Amino acid sequence: MLQKMYDWIDDRIDITPIWRDIADHEVPEHVNPAHHFSAFVYCFGGLTFFVVVIQILSGMFLTMYYVPDIENAWKSVYYLQTEVAHGQIVRGMHHWGASVVIVMLLLHTLRVFFQGAYKKPRELNWMVGVLIFFIMLGLGFTGYLLPWDNKAYFATQVGLEIAEQVPFIGGDLKTLLAGDPNIVGAQTLTRFFAIHVFFLPGALFALLAVHFILIRRQGISGPL
Amino acid sequence: MSEEKQQVSRRQFLNYTLTGVGGFMAAGMLAPMLRMAVDPVLKEEKHGGLINVGLAVEDITNEPQRVDWKIDQVDGWYESQVSRSAWVFKDDNGDIQAFSPICKHLGCVVSWEGSDQYPNQFYCPCHDGRYYKDGTNVPGTPPLAPLDVYEQEVKDGMLFLGEPQLREEA
Repeated sequence: MLQKMYDWIDDRIDITPIWRDIADHEVPEHVNPAHHFSAFVYCFGGLTFFVVVIQILSGMFLTMYYVPDIENAWKSVYYLQTEVAHGQIVRGMHHWGASVVIVMLLLHTLRVFFQGAYKKPRELNWMVGVLIFFIMLGLGFTGYLLPWDNKAYFATQVGLEIAEQVPFIGGDLKTLLAGDPNIVGAQTLTRFFAIHVFFLPGALFALLAVHFILIRRQGISGPL
Repeated sequence: MSEEKQQVSRRQFLNYTLTGVGGFMAAGMLAPMLRMAVDPVLKEEKHGGLINVGLAVEDITNEPQRVDWKIDQVDGWYESQVSRSAWVFKDDNGDIQAFSPICKHLGCVVSWEGSDQYPNQFYCPCHDGRYYKDGTNVPGTPPLAPLDVYEQEVKDGMLFLGEPQLREEA
Protein backbone atom coordinates (compact mmCIF):
# COMPACT_ATOMS: atom_id res chain seq x y z
CA MET A 1 0.00 0.00 0.00
CA LEU A 2 2.67 2.50 1.03
CA GLN A 3 4.84 1.30 -1.83
CA LYS A 4 1.93 1.87 -4.21
CA MET A 5 1.38 5.39 -2.92
CA TYR A 6 5.08 6.10 -3.26
CA ASP A 7 5.13 4.73 -6.79
CA TRP A 8 2.06 6.76 -7.74
CA ILE A 9 3.79 9.95 -6.64
CA ASP A 10 7.19 8.94 -8.01
CA ASP A 11 5.61 8.17 -11.39
CA ARG A 12 4.38 11.71 -11.68
CA ILE A 13 7.09 13.84 -10.11
CA ASP A 14 10.16 11.60 -9.93
CA ILE A 15 11.08 12.15 -6.30
CA THR A 16 13.61 9.32 -5.98
CA PRO A 17 16.60 11.40 -7.15
CA ILE A 18 15.65 14.15 -4.67
CA TRP A 19 15.45 11.58 -1.91
CA ARG A 20 18.84 10.16 -2.94
CA ASP A 21 20.44 13.59 -2.88
CA ILE A 22 19.16 14.29 0.60
CA ALA A 23 19.51 11.02 2.44
CA ASP A 24 21.23 8.31 0.42
CA HIS A 25 24.94 8.72 0.92
CA GLU A 26 27.71 6.75 2.54
CA VAL A 27 29.00 7.48 5.99
CA PRO A 28 32.81 7.26 5.80
CA GLU A 29 34.35 4.67 8.07
CA HIS A 30 36.29 7.17 10.18
CA VAL A 31 33.10 8.93 11.27
CA ASN A 32 31.16 5.76 12.04
CA PRO A 33 31.12 4.93 15.77
CA ALA A 34 30.44 1.29 14.88
CA HIS A 35 33.97 1.08 13.46
CA HIS A 36 35.82 3.41 15.82
CA PHE A 37 34.02 4.22 19.01
CA SER A 38 35.87 7.52 19.34
CA ALA A 39 33.99 8.67 16.25
CA PHE A 40 31.08 9.54 18.55
CA VAL A 41 32.50 13.07 18.54
CA TYR A 42 31.05 13.41 15.04
CA CYS A 43 27.56 13.12 16.53
CA PHE A 44 27.50 16.49 18.23
CA GLY A 45 26.48 18.47 15.14
CA GLY A 46 23.60 16.10 14.50
CA LEU A 47 22.65 16.18 18.16
CA THR A 48 22.57 19.98 18.06
CA PHE A 49 20.18 19.80 15.15
CA PHE A 50 18.08 17.17 16.92
CA VAL A 51 17.67 19.42 19.96
CA VAL A 52 16.89 22.38 17.69
CA VAL A 53 14.04 20.35 16.19
CA ILE A 54 12.75 19.70 19.73
CA GLN A 55 12.99 23.43 20.45
CA ILE A 56 11.03 24.31 17.34
CA LEU A 57 8.28 21.78 18.00
CA SER A 58 7.91 22.50 21.72
CA GLY A 59 8.02 26.25 21.01
CA MET A 60 5.24 25.93 18.43
CA PHE A 61 3.05 24.19 20.98
CA LEU A 62 3.89 26.69 23.73
CA THR A 63 2.50 29.54 21.62
CA MET A 64 -0.92 27.88 21.82
CA TYR A 65 -1.11 29.19 25.39
CA TYR A 66 1.43 31.97 25.69
CA VAL A 67 0.48 35.64 25.18
CA PRO A 68 3.19 38.32 24.82
CA ASP A 69 1.42 40.91 26.95
CA ILE A 70 2.75 42.25 30.26
CA GLU A 71 -0.60 41.78 32.02
CA ASN A 72 -1.01 38.17 30.95
CA ALA A 73 2.36 36.71 29.96
CA TRP A 74 3.27 35.43 33.40
CA LYS A 75 -0.28 34.22 34.04
CA SER A 76 -0.39 32.34 30.75
CA VAL A 77 2.90 30.60 31.54
CA TYR A 78 1.67 29.80 35.05
CA TYR A 79 -1.54 28.40 33.61
CA LEU A 80 0.18 26.17 31.09
CA GLN A 81 2.60 25.00 33.77
CA THR A 82 -0.03 24.12 36.34
CA GLU A 83 -3.38 23.57 34.63
CA VAL A 84 -2.58 22.16 31.20
CA ALA A 85 -1.95 18.43 30.92
CA HIS A 86 1.74 17.87 30.07
CA GLY A 87 2.25 21.62 29.82
CA GLN A 88 4.97 21.35 32.41
CA ILE A 89 6.72 18.73 30.29
CA VAL A 90 6.53 20.72 27.07
CA ARG A 91 7.78 23.90 28.73
CA GLY A 92 10.40 21.84 30.51
CA MET A 93 11.63 20.53 27.17
CA HIS A 94 11.87 24.06 25.82
CA HIS A 95 13.51 25.38 29.00
CA TRP A 96 16.15 22.67 29.39
CA GLY A 97 16.57 22.18 25.66
CA ALA A 98 17.68 25.80 25.39
CA SER A 99 20.69 24.97 27.54
CA VAL A 100 21.32 21.59 25.92
CA VAL A 101 21.48 23.25 22.49
CA ILE A 102 24.28 25.51 23.68
CA VAL A 103 26.16 22.58 25.25
CA MET A 104 25.90 20.46 22.10
CA LEU A 105 26.81 23.41 19.91
CA LEU A 106 29.95 24.06 21.96
CA LEU A 107 30.95 20.37 21.87
CA HIS A 108 30.44 20.37 18.09
CA THR A 109 32.55 23.53 17.83
CA LEU A 110 35.30 21.98 19.97
CA ARG A 111 35.40 18.88 17.76
CA VAL A 112 35.65 20.95 14.60
CA PHE A 113 38.29 23.16 16.19
CA PHE A 114 40.56 20.46 17.60
CA GLN A 115 40.33 18.32 14.46
CA GLY A 116 41.18 21.35 12.36
CA ALA A 117 38.11 20.55 10.26
CA TYR A 118 37.52 24.28 9.70
CA LYS A 119 40.60 24.56 7.46
CA LYS A 120 40.52 25.12 3.70
CA PRO A 121 38.18 24.52 1.91
CA ARG A 122 35.74 24.58 4.85
CA GLU A 123 36.38 28.09 6.20
CA LEU A 124 33.02 29.36 4.92
CA ASN A 125 31.14 26.69 6.79
CA TRP A 126 32.98 27.63 10.00
CA MET A 127 31.84 31.22 9.51
CA VAL A 128 28.25 30.13 8.92
CA GLY A 129 28.54 28.03 12.09
CA VAL A 130 29.68 31.06 14.07
CA LEU A 131 26.67 32.99 12.78
CA ILE A 132 24.42 30.12 13.88
CA PHE A 133 26.04 30.36 17.32
CA PHE A 134 25.18 34.06 17.52
CA ILE A 135 21.60 33.35 16.44
CA MET A 136 21.37 30.75 19.22
CA LEU A 137 22.61 33.24 21.78
CA GLY A 138 20.02 35.71 20.50
CA LEU A 139 17.29 33.11 20.84
CA GLY A 140 18.40 32.41 24.39
CA PHE A 141 18.48 36.10 25.28
CA THR A 142 15.07 36.95 23.81
CA GLY A 143 13.40 33.78 25.08
CA TYR A 144 14.57 34.45 28.61
CA LEU A 145 12.33 37.52 28.92
CA LEU A 146 9.11 35.88 27.77
CA PRO A 147 7.94 34.35 31.11
CA TRP A 148 7.95 37.94 32.40
CA ASP A 149 9.00 37.08 35.95
CA ASN A 150 11.53 38.98 38.05
CA LYS A 151 14.52 36.99 36.85
CA ALA A 152 13.51 37.51 33.24
CA TYR A 153 12.96 41.23 33.74
CA PHE A 154 16.25 41.99 35.43
CA ALA A 155 18.28 39.72 33.17
CA THR A 156 16.91 41.66 30.22
CA GLN A 157 17.63 44.94 31.99
CA VAL A 158 21.27 43.88 32.31
CA GLY A 159 21.40 42.57 28.74
CA LEU A 160 20.06 45.84 27.37
CA GLU A 161 22.60 47.79 29.40
CA ILE A 162 25.33 45.66 27.86
CA ALA A 163 23.95 46.47 24.39
CA GLU A 164 24.02 50.14 25.38
CA GLN A 165 27.79 49.94 25.86
CA VAL A 166 28.35 49.50 22.11
CA PRO A 167 30.30 52.57 20.91
CA PHE A 168 28.30 55.31 19.14
CA ILE A 169 25.15 53.32 18.31
CA GLY A 170 24.64 51.75 21.76
CA GLY A 171 21.78 54.00 22.80
CA ASP A 172 19.87 53.52 19.55
CA LEU A 173 20.57 49.80 19.60
CA LYS A 174 19.06 49.52 23.07
CA THR A 175 15.97 51.47 21.98
CA LEU A 176 15.63 49.33 18.88
CA LEU A 177 15.71 46.17 21.01
CA ALA A 178 13.57 47.41 23.89
CA GLY A 179 11.10 49.55 21.94
CA ASP A 180 11.62 52.43 24.38
CA PRO A 181 14.69 54.42 25.46
CA ASN A 182 14.07 53.95 29.20
CA ILE A 183 11.32 51.43 29.86
CA VAL A 184 11.55 47.65 29.80
CA GLY A 185 7.84 47.07 29.35
CA ALA A 186 4.95 46.25 27.05
CA GLN A 187 6.80 47.12 23.87
CA THR A 188 9.91 45.24 24.95
CA LEU A 189 7.92 42.06 25.49
CA THR A 190 6.18 42.16 22.10
CA ARG A 191 9.47 42.91 20.37
CA PHE A 192 11.34 40.13 22.08
CA PHE A 193 8.48 37.76 21.28
CA ALA A 194 8.56 38.70 17.59
CA ILE A 195 12.34 38.36 17.45
CA HIS A 196 12.31 35.06 19.34
CA VAL A 197 9.49 33.44 17.40
CA PHE A 198 9.80 34.82 13.87
CA PHE A 199 12.96 36.77 13.06
CA LEU A 200 15.67 34.61 14.61
CA PRO A 201 14.13 31.24 13.67
CA GLY A 202 13.83 32.51 10.08
CA ALA A 203 17.51 33.44 10.06
CA LEU A 204 18.35 30.14 11.76
CA PHE A 205 16.59 28.07 9.08
CA ALA A 206 18.40 29.90 6.30
CA LEU A 207 21.79 29.46 7.96
CA LEU A 208 21.15 25.81 8.78
CA ALA A 209 20.25 25.18 5.14
CA VAL A 210 23.54 26.75 4.03
CA HIS A 211 25.43 24.81 6.72
CA PHE A 212 24.03 21.47 5.53
CA ILE A 213 24.33 22.18 1.82
CA LEU A 214 27.99 23.07 2.32
CA ILE A 215 28.57 19.80 4.19
CA ARG A 216 27.04 17.84 1.30
CA ARG A 217 29.08 19.70 -1.29
CA GLN A 218 32.38 19.45 0.57
CA GLY A 219 31.93 16.18 2.42
CA ILE A 220 33.13 15.44 5.93
CA SER A 221 36.78 16.23 6.53
CA GLY A 222 39.14 13.26 6.32
CA PRO A 223 40.52 11.21 9.22
CA LEU A 224 43.21 12.75 11.41
CA MET B 1 15.60 46.80 -37.35
CA SER B 2 17.83 49.70 -38.18
CA GLU B 3 21.40 49.24 -39.37
CA GLU B 4 22.79 51.45 -36.61
CA LYS B 5 24.67 49.88 -33.74
CA GLN B 6 22.19 49.10 -31.03
CA GLN B 7 23.16 50.65 -27.73
CA VAL B 8 20.72 48.63 -25.71
CA SER B 9 19.51 45.27 -26.98
CA ARG B 10 15.94 44.22 -26.50
CA ARG B 11 17.06 41.56 -24.03
CA GLN B 12 19.04 44.08 -22.02
CA PHE B 13 16.17 46.53 -22.03
CA LEU B 14 13.79 43.91 -20.68
CA ASN B 15 16.30 42.84 -18.06
CA TYR B 16 16.78 46.38 -16.84
CA THR B 17 13.06 47.06 -16.81
CA LEU B 18 12.23 43.90 -14.91
CA THR B 19 15.01 44.48 -12.41
CA GLY B 20 13.86 48.04 -11.91
CA VAL B 21 10.22 47.13 -11.45
CA GLY B 22 11.16 44.22 -9.17
CA GLY B 23 13.42 46.43 -7.09
CA PHE B 24 10.72 49.05 -6.83
CA MET B 25 8.20 46.48 -5.67
CA ALA B 26 10.62 45.01 -3.13
CA ALA B 27 11.43 48.47 -1.78
CA GLY B 28 7.75 49.33 -1.62
CA MET B 29 7.12 46.27 0.49
CA LEU B 30 10.14 46.53 2.74
CA ALA B 31 10.25 50.28 3.41
CA PRO B 32 7.10 50.47 5.55
CA MET B 33 8.12 47.35 7.44
CA LEU B 34 11.57 48.66 8.29
CA ARG B 35 10.25 52.10 9.16
CA MET B 36 7.81 50.45 11.54
CA ALA B 37 10.58 48.46 13.20
CA VAL B 38 12.85 51.47 13.82
CA ASP B 39 10.05 53.78 14.94
CA PRO B 40 11.02 53.75 18.65
CA VAL B 41 14.50 55.02 17.76
CA LEU B 42 13.19 57.90 15.68
CA LYS B 43 10.32 58.91 17.93
CA GLU B 44 10.83 62.14 19.85
CA GLU B 45 11.31 61.45 23.50
CA LYS B 46 8.28 62.74 25.31
CA HIS B 47 9.18 64.99 28.17
CA GLY B 48 7.20 64.36 31.30
CA GLY B 49 7.72 67.83 32.73
CA LEU B 50 8.43 68.70 36.34
CA ILE B 51 6.28 67.15 39.03
CA ASN B 52 5.48 68.26 42.56
CA VAL B 53 7.16 65.72 44.80
CA GLY B 54 5.28 66.84 47.90
CA LEU B 55 8.22 68.34 49.75
CA ALA B 56 8.21 71.96 50.97
CA VAL B 57 11.45 73.83 50.46
CA GLU B 58 11.51 74.86 54.10
CA ASP B 59 11.57 71.18 55.11
CA ILE B 60 14.76 70.55 53.15
CA THR B 61 17.73 70.38 55.51
CA ASN B 62 21.44 69.86 55.19
CA GLU B 63 20.84 66.18 55.84
CA PRO B 64 19.90 64.27 52.66
CA GLN B 65 16.38 62.88 52.89
CA ARG B 66 14.75 60.39 50.63
CA VAL B 67 11.71 61.60 48.69
CA ASP B 68 9.35 59.24 46.88
CA TRP B 69 6.73 60.30 44.38
CA LYS B 70 4.74 58.86 41.50
CA ILE B 71 4.83 59.71 37.83
CA ASP B 72 2.47 58.70 35.04
CA GLN B 73 4.43 56.51 32.70
CA VAL B 74 3.31 55.89 29.13
CA ASP B 75 4.77 52.76 27.58
CA GLY B 76 3.26 52.58 24.10
CA TRP B 77 -0.35 51.55 24.71
CA TYR B 78 0.24 50.81 28.39
CA GLU B 79 -0.15 53.58 30.95
CA SER B 80 0.78 53.11 34.57
CA GLN B 81 2.00 54.89 37.66
CA VAL B 82 5.58 54.20 38.65
CA SER B 83 7.48 55.48 41.64
CA ARG B 84 10.55 57.68 41.54
CA SER B 85 12.93 58.48 44.36
CA ALA B 86 15.51 61.14 45.06
CA TRP B 87 17.93 62.16 47.80
CA VAL B 88 17.28 65.84 48.52
CA PHE B 89 19.25 68.29 50.69
CA LYS B 90 20.67 71.80 50.80
CA ASP B 91 24.37 72.04 50.12
CA ASP B 92 26.77 74.43 51.86
CA ASN B 93 25.77 77.29 49.53
CA GLY B 94 22.13 76.78 50.43
CA ASP B 95 21.33 75.38 46.96
CA ILE B 96 18.93 72.46 46.74
CA GLN B 97 20.46 69.22 45.47
CA ALA B 98 18.34 66.30 44.26
CA PHE B 99 20.26 63.14 43.36
CA SER B 100 18.97 60.02 41.68
CA PRO B 101 19.47 57.01 43.95
CA ILE B 102 20.39 54.76 41.02
CA CYS B 103 23.96 53.58 41.46
CA LYS B 104 26.17 54.35 38.46
CA HIS B 105 27.82 50.96 38.74
CA LEU B 106 25.06 48.45 37.99
CA GLY B 107 21.86 50.26 38.88
CA CYS B 108 21.16 49.27 42.48
CA VAL B 109 19.70 51.82 44.88
CA VAL B 110 22.03 53.86 47.06
CA SER B 111 21.15 55.35 50.43
CA TRP B 112 22.63 58.14 52.50
CA GLU B 113 24.81 56.70 55.23
CA GLY B 114 23.61 53.26 54.16
CA SER B 115 26.58 51.71 55.93
CA ASP B 116 27.71 52.47 59.46
CA GLN B 117 31.30 52.25 58.29
CA TYR B 118 30.99 55.17 55.90
CA PRO B 119 29.33 58.16 57.56
CA ASN B 120 28.62 61.20 55.39
CA GLN B 121 28.56 59.16 52.20
CA PHE B 122 26.00 57.60 49.88
CA TYR B 123 26.40 53.84 49.99
CA CYS B 124 25.33 51.11 47.58
CA PRO B 125 24.89 47.72 49.26
CA CYS B 126 25.37 45.64 46.11
CA HIS B 127 29.11 46.11 45.57
CA ASP B 128 30.10 48.63 48.25
CA GLY B 129 29.90 51.56 45.85
CA ARG B 130 30.26 54.93 47.61
CA TYR B 131 29.68 58.61 46.78
CA TYR B 132 30.60 61.79 48.65
CA LYS B 133 27.83 64.09 49.78
CA ASP B 134 28.16 66.16 46.59
CA GLY B 135 27.32 63.00 44.60
CA THR B 136 30.77 62.35 43.15
CA ASN B 137 31.90 58.77 43.28
CA VAL B 138 34.61 57.81 45.75
CA PRO B 139 37.67 56.76 43.72
CA GLY B 140 38.51 53.10 44.10
CA THR B 141 34.90 52.01 44.58
CA PRO B 142 32.93 50.40 41.72
CA PRO B 143 30.97 53.41 40.37
CA LEU B 144 32.68 55.24 37.51
CA ALA B 145 30.52 58.38 37.46
CA PRO B 146 28.76 60.70 39.92
CA LEU B 147 25.09 60.21 40.74
CA ASP B 148 22.60 61.64 38.26
CA VAL B 149 20.96 64.94 39.18
CA TYR B 150 17.25 65.64 38.79
CA GLU B 151 16.05 68.67 36.90
CA GLN B 152 14.48 70.84 39.56
CA GLU B 153 12.34 73.89 40.09
CA VAL B 154 10.82 75.58 43.14
CA LYS B 155 7.25 76.80 42.78
CA ASP B 156 5.06 78.15 45.59
CA GLY B 157 7.57 76.90 48.12
CA MET B 158 7.32 73.31 46.85
CA LEU B 159 9.99 71.22 45.14
CA PHE B 160 9.31 70.05 41.58
CA LEU B 161 11.54 67.38 40.00
CA GLY B 162 11.82 66.18 36.39
CA GLU B 163 14.12 63.69 34.69
CA PRO B 164 17.49 62.59 36.10
CA GLN B 165 20.33 64.10 34.09
CA LEU B 166 23.89 62.90 33.60
CA ARG B 167 26.42 65.13 35.29
CA GLU B 168 29.16 66.52 33.13
CA GLU B 169 31.96 66.91 35.64
CA ALA B 170 33.38 63.60 36.78
